[in-house]
Amino acid sequence: MTTSHGRRRLHLAAALDRPSVYDAGAYLAAARLAELGALDFVTLDDCLARPGPDAPSVLARVAPVTRRVGLVPTLTTTHTESLRVQAAVATLDWVSRGRAGWRIGVSTTEGEARLFGRRPAASADVLWREAGEAADVAARLWDSRETVPRPPQGHPVRVVDASAGPARAVAARYADVALVRTAHPERAAAARADLRASAAAHGRDPDGLRVLAALDVDLGAGEYGAHPGHGGGPRPTPRGPLYRGGPVDLAELIARWHREGTVDGFHLTPVEPDRDLERLVNGTVPLLQHRGLFRTFYPGSTLRDHLGLARPANRYAVARGAS
Amino acid sequence: MHLAVLFPGARGTSVRDDPGAGSQIEFAAFEHLARTAERGLFDFLLLADELRPREHGDHVHDPDAAGGPEPLTVLNALSTVTRHLGLAAEAGTSHTEPFEIARGFATLDHLSGGRAAWSAVASSDAADDQNFRRGGHLERPEHYVRAAESVAAARQLWDSWTPDGTPRPFAHRGRYFDIAGEFTLPRSPQGHPVVMARTGGSDEGREFAASSADVLLTRHRPPDAGGALRTDLGRRLARYGRDPDDLKVMPAATVVLGDTAAEAHERSAEIRRRQVSPRAALRTLERVWGVDLTSTRHSFVGTPGEVAAGMESLVARGAADGFVLVPHLVPGGLDEFVDRVVPLLRERGAFRTAYEGATLRSHLGLDAPVWKG
Repeated sequence: MTTSHGRRRLHLAAALDRPSVYDAGAYLAAARLAELGALDFVTLDDCLARPGPDAPSVLARVAPVTRRVGLVPTLTTTHTESLRVQAAVATLDWVSRGRAGWRIGVSTTEGEARLFGRRPAASADVLWREAGEAADVAARLWDSRETVPRPPQGHPVRVVDASAGPARAVAARYADVALVRTAHPERAAAARADLRASAAAHGRDPDGLRVLAALDVDLGAGEYGAHPGHGGGPRPTPRGPLYRGGPVDLAELIARWHREGTVDGFHLTPVEPDRDLERLVNGTVPLLQHRGLFRTFYPGSTLRDHLGLARPANRYAVARGAS
Repeated sequence: MHLAVLFPGARGTSVRDDPGAGSQIEFAAFEHLARTAERGLFDFLLLADELRPREHGDHVHDPDAAGGPEPLTVLNALSTVTRHLGLAAEAGTSHTEPFEIARGFATLDHLSGGRAAWSAVASSDAADDQNFRRGGHLERPEHYVRAAESVAAARQLWDSWTPDGTPRPFAHRGRYFDIAGEFTLPRSPQGHPVVMARTGGSDEGREFAASSADVLLTRHRPPDAGGALRTDLGRRLARYGRDPDDLKVMPAATVVLGDTAAEAHERSAEIRRRQVSPRAALRTLERVWGVDLTSTRHSFVGTPGEVAAGMESLVARGAADGFVLVPHLVPGGLDEFVDRVVPLLRERGAFRTAYEGATLRSHLGLDAPVWKG
């Protein structure tokens, strides 16, 4: 969690989401680029209500052409057997040799329910309670395997967007990484403190939970920001908090939030996928590296290594005398 | 002739105590088998689905139902390390909804550039497995009705966007499924991923294959029985307006090679002696093929020349369109066949010398399905 200087390690992640792209090429190129920037992980969202490919499939396709970057697809628990969800995540951990994560999602709309025809839509409270159960069951299944070994990381990394109420409880209890979508550093810091306190109340070590600020980024404004008046910070928008400016300003923002201990890092969603990821990796990241705030290479090989999270002990290991 | 290989799975029948036996869950094992199959210009690699929903039936015989790999995840990764090989996985229709299956295989077809195949497994609970054990006579027909509806619904989803890539809503209402909405993917490179059916030989299983599938996975039969199966399938296909060529028949085959016939038979006996697998392992293959492969004879035993001649003869007599090889060892169990038998099949003009097309449909000689908006 902390370096010898007492300052927390900075973690950076990026979304690979891009609308209406179904073949592999653009995803492969973007994941390789993120790896060049030594980012902790990339995410790929999966929403059944919009066009797009199956996210875990895309990141499985990406796994053999990358070596270090973490791969975190969204898998929704509402209409899919939890047995299959945990198996897909564990298998992604195998094919990536220990780089898999799982962004836990729910499907709240009636439209999504009609696609499957197996149950009606339910409230977010109900669905997140189920999602928490699925997260819990997955970890037990990863521990309980008898004829095949546990996934390389023991438990692949569980990521939860903890911005909304019912999801925050699940994040505090089960997540390794919690995302907080807010444009205000004081709210991000408060969410982090809240998550850590809740995690501790569940008997967890709060240092086993990384809290990342989730921002959309629009880096189309040249090297420095095109909006000098807005103070360099993100702004709330109907889609969520948006940072608009240049890669240098973004590095400044990240360094400031990091210095003030606001969050453990950032999850950044490029508004213009090709342009903004390239500017993030080739503009913002080198500045952070130059200031000694961000890694210049991956010292470890698993996503847990990047995040500074220990491989969890097998809860059944004592009883069985094996790991 | 068409050739494929089955990855026997984490609990398959391979000989575990052989020094050549490696991990059956590490990606390297899948990669080795896939690369070997592609080196041999095989049509496809097939992964069994060992995941079992726990809430259905008692599964005391299978305590590690959750431990197997998720086949589509493996195949998507394999699509990165191969260029031509078809990539097939089982997915059961009893507990999985058509939307999820259709989306998974359409994604694989897009990401692999047209190499996806779905082996639609009609039954996946203990009672049915028991039925397969008894020779396939007690397969419950309603499972095949549900499987056929599942395939029909999936095809409707695959066809739901216009050919120029405009999303359109779909609605399917049948005996088992009542679904509507918008599919998340355009039509995939193959139009539809290849659909496979497997049967132990029951009437309902054959009817399902004739109505719904492009490839029939079945058990190995002697030439006369294979010919009779083809004749029967031809009659059934005609009822659906399909040609005999529209359904490829590919029996499972085990091969044991030797420098001499005597040596091959010795090895065959040795493999059978050591292949005393746990019950769960036996069940996996019974489920896939409707027959206990481990206690029957190996399909082809002999010198590479004898095996090549035997395979060619079965295909020439119309008893099969090709074979799905089931290796005894993972991951290296296919190497010897590819190195020693495939060249002889080629010399005989019985097998391709290069991949001629990019998609699995082109390997199998299957037409792209007509878009039915």
